[in-house]
Amino acid sequence: MIEIFGMPLSVIAGQTMLGLVNGCFYAVLSLGLALIFGLLRIVNFAHGAFFMAGAFGAWMLLRFVGIGYWWSLLLVPLLVGLVGALFERTLLSRLRGLDPIYGLLLTFGLVLVLEGGFRLLFGSSGQPYPVPNALKGTLQLGFMVLPVYRAWVIAAALAACALSWWLIERTPLGAQLRAATEKDALTQSFGINVPRLLTLTYGAGIALAAFTGVLAAPILHVNPSMGSDLVIVVFAIVVIGGMGSMFGSIVTALAIGVIEGWTKVFYSEASSTIIFVLMALVLLLRPRGLFGREGTA
Amino acid sequence: MAEALIEIDDLCAWYGPSQALHGIHLEVLRGEIVTLLGRNGAGKSTLLKSVMGIVPRRSGSIRLAGRELIDLAPHQIGRAGVAYCPDDRGIYATLTVRENLLLPPVVAAGGLSEAELMGLFPNLATRARSAGTQLSGGEQQMLAIARILRTGARVLLLDEPTEGLAPVIVDRIGELLAQLKQRGYTIVLVEQNLHFAAELADRHYLVETGRVVDEYDRAALASNMEQVAARLGV
Repeated sequence: MIEIFGMPLSVIAGQTMLGLVNGCFYAVLSLGLALIFGLLRIVNFAHGAFFMAGAFGAWMLLRFVGIGYWWSLLLVPLLVGLVGALFERTLLSRLRGLDPIYGLLLTFGLVLVLEGGFRLLFGSSGQPYPVPNALKGTLQLGFMVLPVYRAWVIAAALAACALSWWLIERTPLGAQLRAATEKDALTQSFGINVPRLLTLTYGAGIALAAFTGVLAAPILHVNPSMGSDLVIVVFAIVVIGGMGSMFGSIVTALAIGVIEGWTKVFYSEASSTIIFVLMALVLLLRPRGLFGREGTA
Repeated sequence: MAEALIEIDDLCAWYGPSQALHGIHLEVLRGEIVTLLGRNGAGKSTLLKSVMGIVPRRSGSIRLAGRELIDLAPHQIGRAGVAYCPDDRGIYATLTVRENLLLPPVVAAGGLSEAELMGLFPNLATRARSAGTQLSGGEQQMLAIARILRTGARVLLLDEPTEGLAPVIVDRIGELLAQLKQRGYTIVLVEQNLHFAAELADRHYLVETGRVVDEYDRAALASNMEQVAARLGV
């Protein structure tokens, strides 16, 4: 049996894989968060709550309407994204130009409303969500056993990131987004409806969070606090990667997921704090983040 | 006699608590080139920005062909056929040259096509994939003008288009603006270069500390060049 630092290869490979899966969740979540912060300059505390709403959305569709996983992957992000867009249009947009603390307070308040609401309706204990039949089982890779569903999560998350990248970097709509991020007033003067773009972007970021929630439902227990457990880590990732850089967030997220996994193997006591140690280091040495641009610190 | 296309009455503008424009009155006839002359900080740039609606607070009246613009959002003013070129050119670093060119949407028929613009400004074609800010100052100015010519907007607000550019490029811009006037564009120009302004424009307004203090037509400026130059501190 091969051993690295006293650990069997299969254990390390297994933990790397689990870490990669977590990293994929982090990646899509931090992508949405970075997207929202980049354009709206809002620190979206509600991101984790919308992730949770996505998971609950999938569960509710199955439980009450009989709609399964595959349709949920499509419907839930659309519906939750719409709610997010409505929230931005009616409430969040009023805070534009005000002290950032107001945005913080509003999105934090939304977290309390969402989590409280779901807790009231469905209680605090987790609801199970079944792995869809097509994705059950495991793959034998020789040095380790990989559950099919987890391989799917990695593929779906990377696909979501690739699609987002393509939309932002290669389409005229993405050009409008990048332009509005760089120079808001001038972009408006060209006749581009930037306020509508902001609503659309917030909705898209929320849809990404909800999509992650559906992906996570079969793996994590669907419970009202599943979002707040994750969102703190995601914030740390966006800080480390650089607040304005979507690419930086994705790369950092995957790396952090793997590092977390390895820490669990070799020094498990540190596994929940390692990320904050890293964040502190980055803030000390390179405050704008590993991939951040000037002026976003 | 040409009718007034832009009528500005009692325009005031503020940046926070500080008032930058104190009751501006001026008008621009259809097809004219009008320049705003004045020292640094006189409020010329603020005036253009106020017409576009991108100052934090403004009051008064700005009418375009009789239509009131003062209550409109900046993107609605852009859609009404007014195009703006800021004094820093406003070229986006996160967009390629081609993306910069194509960003402003077409708001009216009659604008120049992408092919026509590449013909007028061949440098833009060769550097199409570079980041916008990798162009030289002169090329960026050409790009800034080219992209608003594509939109079909017939009213152009240009803030110091010749600043910091080599004389050869300044001449090119002058020729271009004269051609645009031939085609019926209406242009409001902020210019520090008095000779450039004198040669090109039909009328000039002198702006001092947020007010219009004087008006000159072509002939009047020609015969008063030294006095005006003295008032501008050049």
